[in-house]
Amino acid sequence: MSSLNFDTSHLLAGGLVLMSFVMLYQDRLPSLINTFALQSAILALAVAWQALVQHAPHLLVTAVIAAALKAVVIPLVLRYLVRSLGIHRTIETVAGIGPTMLAGMMLVALSMGLMLRATATSDIFAREDIAFALSVVLLGLLVMVTRRNAVGQVIGFMSLENGLVLAGTGAHGMPMVVEISVAFSILIAFIVIGIFLFRIRERFDTVDVAALDRFRGDRQ
Amino acid sequence: MTLPLDPAQATVLIPAGTAALLLIVPFYRLGAAINVFAALLTLAAALALFVVRPATGGLLGVDDLNIVFVVINTLVGFTTSIFSAGYIAHEIEIGRLTTASLRFYHAMYQFLMAAMNLALLTNITGLMWVSVEFATLTTVLMVSLYRTREALEAAWKYFILGSVGIALALFGTILVYMAAQPVVGEGLPAMTWSVLVAHAAKFDPALLNIAFVFLMLGYGTKAGLVPLHAWLPDAHAEGPTPISAVLSGLLLNVAIYAILRFKILLAANAGAFAPGPLLMTMGLLSVLFAGFMLYRRRDIKRFFAYSSIEHMGIIAFAFGLGGPLANFAGLLHMAMHSLTKSGIFFSVGHMTRIKGSQRIADITGLTSSHPLLGWIFVASVAAIAGLPPFGVFTSEFLVVSSAFAHRPLLAVVLVVGLLVSLGALVLRVNSLAFGEPTGSVEPSRMTHLPMLLHLAIVLGAGIFLPAAIAGWFQHVAQMLG
Repeated sequence: MSSLNFDTSHLLAGGLVLMSFVMLYQDRLPSLINTFALQSAILALAVAWQALVQHAPHLLVTAVIAAALKAVVIPLVLRYLVRSLGIHRTIETVAGIGPTMLAGMMLVALSMGLMLRATATSDIFAREDIAFALSVVLLGLLVMVTRRNAVGQVIGFMSLENGLVLAGTGAHGMPMVVEISVAFSILIAFIVIGIFLFRIRERFDTVDVAALDRFRGDRQ
Repeated sequence: MTLPLDPAQATVLIPAGTAALLLIVPFYRLGAAINVFAALLTLAAALALFVVRPATGGLLGVDDLNIVFVVINTLVGFTTSIFSAGYIAHEIEIGRLTTASLRFYHAMYQFLMAAMNLALLTNITGLMWVSVEFATLTTVLMVSLYRTREALEAAWKYFILGSVGIALALFGTILVYMAAQPVVGEGLPAMTWSVLVAHAAKFDPALLNIAFVFLMLGYGTKAGLVPLHAWLPDAHAEGPTPISAVLSGLLLNVAIYAILRFKILLAANAGAFAPGPLLMTMGLLSVLFAGFMLYRRRDIKRFFAYSSIEHMGIIAFAFGLGGPLANFAGLLHMAMHSLTKSGIFFSVGHMTRIKGSQRIADITGLTSSHPLLGWIFVASVAAIAGLPPFGVFTSEFLVVSSAFAHRPLLAVVLVVGLLVSLGALVLRVNSLAFGEPTGSVEPSRMTHLPMLLHLAIVLGAGIFLPAAIAGWFQHVAQMLG
């Protein structure tokens, strides 16, 4: 049984990392949003599995938040937003796909090497989860820096946050995981509302954040 | 006699409750008055912590370290609320803000105070993280209050960088839990400061090291240390001036406080690496970088935002140096910087209100057109530049002299940085305060009291630091190790 437990959580956590890689080479926003929704669904499964294995029913709240909000509601809102802004056709990435994927692999190797060595004394569940979680966090950062588009950056940030939730649930018996995931959901909701309300498109005529640099108040 | 609330709870719950109340008060004058009154009550509650020390345990824990931070926080929160009342009334007059956005502003102000006080007082690492996150969110909303293109851009930048910062801090917090969990067991104890410090010696040092790197990157972003400072000048320049004062004077301190707490953990573990060099490097980088950047600023609020980066650098350097003297200097500098910098932002608020511009070139000859404001400003800038007889001089002198005693080479770099920024400050204050006044010379109708109060405290501390306060700081400095 214990090996099944381990294999399942290993599989799901690995799925998250895989989805992060898939995100890296998406060159259009709608497919990026779909990949993010899939990653969030896998996260919900991973968290639910941890709730089962650790006998921690409160983690189910986190799983439900991930499933409802991040796998369904936010992708829907973002897709509507992208379509209404008319930017669903193209997405420019800063670096080519090849170098980006290579950088991604190096980040995963780094986090494995770092975390597996540092957590040598912890129990095996936590070790694997935290190593995968760090990979997802770093890949999320990579997605953020390789996108010049505000929506793309937000998706990178949310996938980064998926990694944090995985880390939080992987640490056995960690209190406040639910509170933290709620706080994060509020943060994300604000980000999405931010793009929505501030209508970056209208204000700046583009959601390309490189264009925002021109409006720096100190250039005169 | 038993109170329904102990002072620690009151310090958090008064502003939180007031925030809810202010959301439903439709009159902005009443809102501003409630804001000031609640800030005064919170200050009283914070001061009561000296008399009635609540029992440690539960969600809040008061010790000698955070009491210092909470008192500074609530004091500056109170004086800023007085300044804010006058400032906001003017913004309404010129139609820059609507009454609806003001209602929101006042509620957010109290909510921010509640979040900061909770971050300082809580005994739980996770709760500290949540409250820092909420403080970030609140300030993002405040920075975007004017809805101009620049304000939205500044808020967005702050939002994204701040979010990444606190995300990394959360990863560090989780790693600290993982380090603690095998030793103190599962559940809340492994996230409680008092328990963590007591058992830190037995934690896995490798895990603690990595955790600290993440925490340093995360909370370091919030503290605006170079190279993580990119959000800070924009956020200061584009938001309402009272918020610039609160950001510089208070929120940066909260981030430094978080780093200090985790530094204590590392210091208690013999196997973990010494966090000092990391703090010192980032501190020196901040001092040097901000010092040179000061020369190229054209916007007065941005100018003083860079000065805040410089002072955060000095504080980080002092705490990185460690030892009773440097820690004492760091604490004193933090207190002095909070008071002086928020005082400067008050006077900047007066100036921008009179001249209708934030450009340094548009503001000249203040001492002849507005003698009181002008000379307060000159004195405040002299204080922030570290000139005697103000308190900042005392603390900077202590930092430099203890640096010469332990790391003479680094001390030279620090002194160079300090002199560079002194030059920039002298240059700017010369054109701002002296010469022929240009533009509007109408008198400022806002109160000068908060500025005078801050200046008096900083001057008083520079001339004579009461033995009780000095003793308290020394005790805390020893606690920091």
